[in-house]
This record gives sequence, structure tokens and C-alpha cells, in this order.
Amino acid sequence: MARRGTGGAEVQPGRRRRPRYPARYSAAALLLRGKRPWPPIWRSGDLRDSYDVVIVGGGVHGLATAYYLASNWGITNVAVLDKGYLGGGGSGRNTAIVRSNYLTPDGVAFYDRSVQLYERLAVDLNLNVMFSRRGHLTLAHSDGALRTMRWRAEVNKHQGVDSEVIGPAEIKRLVPALDVTGAPRYPILGALHHPPGGIIRHDAVVWGYARAAAALGVEMHQNTEVLDIATSGGSGSDGKGPGGRVTGVRTNRGDVSAPVVVNCTAGWASLIAAMAGLRLPISTHPLQAAVTEPVKMFLPAVVVSGSLHVYVSQTDRGELVFGAAVDPLATYDTGGSLAFAEELSGHVLQLMPGLGRMRLLRQWSGLCDMTPDYSPIIGPTPVDGFHCDVGWGTYGFKAAPVAGEQLAACIASGETPDLIEPFTLSRFAEGRLVGEKGAAAVGH
Amino acid sequence: MLLVPCPHCGPRNSADLTLVGESESRPDPSATTPVEWRAYLYEEHNPAGWTRETWYCRLGCGRFFVTERHRGQNRFRNPPLGAPDESARRR
Repeated sequence: MARRGTGGAEVQPGRRRRPRYPARYSAAALLLRGKRPWPPIWRSGDLRDSYDVVIVGGGVHGLATAYYLASNWGITNVAVLDKGYLGGGGSGRNTAIVRSNYLTPDGVAFYDRSVQLYERLAVDLNLNVMFSRRGHLTLAHSDGALRTMRWRAEVNKHQGVDSEVIGPAEIKRLVPALDVTGAPRYPILGALHHPPGGIIRHDAVVWGYARAAAALGVEMHQNTEVLDIATSGGSGSDGKGPGGRVTGVRTNRGDVSAPVVVNCTAGWASLIAAMAGLRLPISTHPLQAAVTEPVKMFLPAVVVSGSLHVYVSQTDRGELVFGAAVDPLATYDTGGSLAFAEELSGHVLQLMPGLGRMRLLRQWSGLCDMTPDYSPIIGPTPVDGFHCDVGWGTYGFKAAPVAGEQLAACIASGETPDLIEPFTLSRFAEGRLVGEKGAAAVGH
Repeated sequence: MLLVPCPHCGPRNSADLTLVGESESRPDPSATTPVEWRAYLYEEHNPAGWTRETWYCRLGCGRFFVTERHRGQNRFRNPPLGAPDESARRR
């Protein structure tokens, strides 16, 4: 059992730094700038041979961790390494839904902190992240689902999260496009309404964190692939594995020594952990999503149906963004399938029959690292200095701020904050799984 | 669509089968510690390369079998012998 540390809002130790930005963004500046190129918003440069902290994975989790390490704890000698480009993995492929109406008290407290951080993120990062709190409806198509919604609503309200079960008439008033009659195969019997939920511009969050972290001194290194993790003293024959201590990473641009290495990857979490001699309770599945042509605004809330394996929201551009459950087959292959598009379309038409003439523009998929209890793995590992922020399944984007904040606190203080204590890797060996399955957005 | 080479039915759509999981020999329950047992239950190799897997031919012959699949490219090799090995486990 790790030591209890500070949790929640007390993590700010009072030496918070405000980043100074290299460029000022405003509408007037856009007009005056003409054809001059924008200055780079994060530094790259040469990879140095030593850092205090090396973060593997330049997605929103890695960048948030780097930002909070620098801003909350003054640790700026940090490198973020990504084998591709910043935000090119799950951060750029998710459906950008933010909510905190989870089922377990641990989950609610954790994701609620994330929503609080998202609320003020635009101010903290000085970049408009376009957080639109338009409300979030989780539809219930059966008495059993309705019972779970009621359960979730009571857990949420108990912890101060705005969440309530509403009936078909209220659903129709909120989202007129939904078919709330008894005609569909899966009629809409009720919904869990979560007004603080909404969507956000995911790329802006990535760039905002990258820019703010870079302004505080963090280095971003793209096209820098980690090939191996150097450890010593481990239980394995090669010095890797539990009981060892991390000493650095080997990359395609040279060796880097660092006392702390953080695995912030999604999709490759098992492979990075294997470099340190660890096996994680993770299997990797692709999740497919799709977007339609843009139309006039008609969908004022995020609509989720677990039974129909679909969630849908309308972007500020007017496109409908659809996501689905993870593909049942564990694979790293992100090729999409026609079966997905067909099933998705059928399910969306069950919910909103008026969309029959809409056309899908494109579909894509991202990799989801699924854990047995539908909860992430954050914090220290049996390899000293090697931290994980992985296993984010289908819920990683909405948790990035709190995961980054709490992991930064964990790395800087050496203590595991209360908010992530339930989600450490040791829970599997200790047999205390979290059990968030009932509240995963879409049935898995 | 992914075709899975069932040793009894021939190639079938993967939707007809269930991937049970990585094929791994089960430790003796009476001789393992809880920690070792949980490691067997939860931990995965999850490679982006070749791995041995147990499949269940759900809508076909209803039998378990072991095969090897490349999880990065979704290719199969070593068409299996047919008998489910002792490690086949239900989830």
C-alpha cells in the first residue's frame, strides 16, 4: 500500500508558475499577420543526453503531465518523446466527450476533478479549448439500464456532481430529434442527464498543453522513438523487471539518461512496459469512429446509448461525430470495417430516424488499452522510477488533466495522491479491482 | 472482415468466433500464491507481433482451438492440430 499523499485540490503547493508565451494570439493578430509564418509554439532542438524526467508519449496525457510537473512543482528539465507527432494517437482520434457521471465513488471523484480542470483550462493555458458544456444524455432502453442510471445518479449527487434521471418527455424537450416513441426495437425509456458534460476541441487541448509546457522549459521531441528502457538491479536475467531501477531510455536519436521515465502511451503501453520488464493487465483493441457531412445545428446535447453501442455529438462545425464500442478482437490493426459503418448507421437511425439522408464523410480508428476493470493504471510500478499512466481504454481524453496533475504530484512528491490511489498497478496483485464496467460510456 | 482458420470448419468470419485470449498454461491452483494466480488471471503479453491464442468457434463447431496470430497484421499461421490444449479457458 503506497503512502497517502495530498489529493484533490490541495495539490497546488503555492509555487505555481505562470507560463510566458512566445506568441500572442488574437483575432486582430490573425488579420495583421499576413503571410509571415507563425513562430513555433514549442521548442524541439537536439535531444540532450540527460533529463530529470523523460515522458514517453506526446499525447494529451504526456503533455499534461509535463505541464503540471513544470507549473505545479517547478520540474522543468523534462523531455516529452513521441515516435510520431504530438497528439497523433488517441488524443487526435477520440470523440472529445467530457463528463464525470461515473458509477464508482472513486471514478466520480477522479473524473469530476478532471471536469473542474477542463473548466478553467482555457484560462490556465491561454488558449481557447472550445469547451462546450452542452449536457450529456445516457439513454436507457431497458428496466435494468434505468436502474443502473438511477444508481449512477444517486452516487453522482452524493458527491456533488449534477446528474439526474429524466423521462422520455424531458428527453424529447432537450433533443427533439430523438425518437422517444415505443416504435424502435430498443425504445428510449429514460436517460441519465448530466448537464456539466460536453465536448471540447481535442487538438486545442493538446496544443495548449504543449505550448504552456514548452514556455516553462519542457522540451518536445517528435519523431523520437523509444527503442528500449535501461534499468538495473531487476529480478530478470537482463536486469529488467520488478525490483529494478530505471536509468534512462534508448531512442532512435541516441541514449538519454533519466531517473524517472513515464509511460504515457496508449496502444503501445504493453510494449513500452515490456521494455522495462513488466507485464501489464492490458489488451489492445481498436475503436472505430466516424463523422458525417456538416449540417445545421440540431443536436444540442451529447447522446449516448450503451445498448446500441453508439455515442453521438455535433461539432461546432456541424458534423455529427459518432463513436462505438471497442472492436471485440484484440489487435493493433487500425483498419476500419464496413461492418462497423453499417451497424453504426443502423443504430443511429434507431435513435434519430430523421437522419436517413445524412452521409458519412469518413471513419477512422484508434487504439484502446483495455484493462479487466475498465479503469486506468496510474502511478508507480515495481520498477523504481518507472511510472505508468496507461490503460485508458475508451475514457482517456476526458481524464487527461487530472491524470497529468495527479501523476505530476506523484512523481514530484514520491507519494501516491488519494485520487489515483485506487488506480495503481498494484491493485491487480492485491485483488482490489475497481469495477467501473457499469458506467463505461458504451457497453464493452 | 477477418477470416479465422478454424481447424474443423475451415475459414470463418471472425464474428462467428470468440477470441478467448492468450494461450498460456494454467498454474496449479493448489500450488500458487494469490499474487501468482492474479498475475495469471490478469496479465497479458499483448504483443504487436505473433502470439498463441485460444479461440472458441461460437457459431460453428462449438470447439476450442489454439492458433497463432500476428496482432499487428492480423495474419494467422501454423493451422492448429484441432484439439484444444489444456490451457483453453473460458472467460
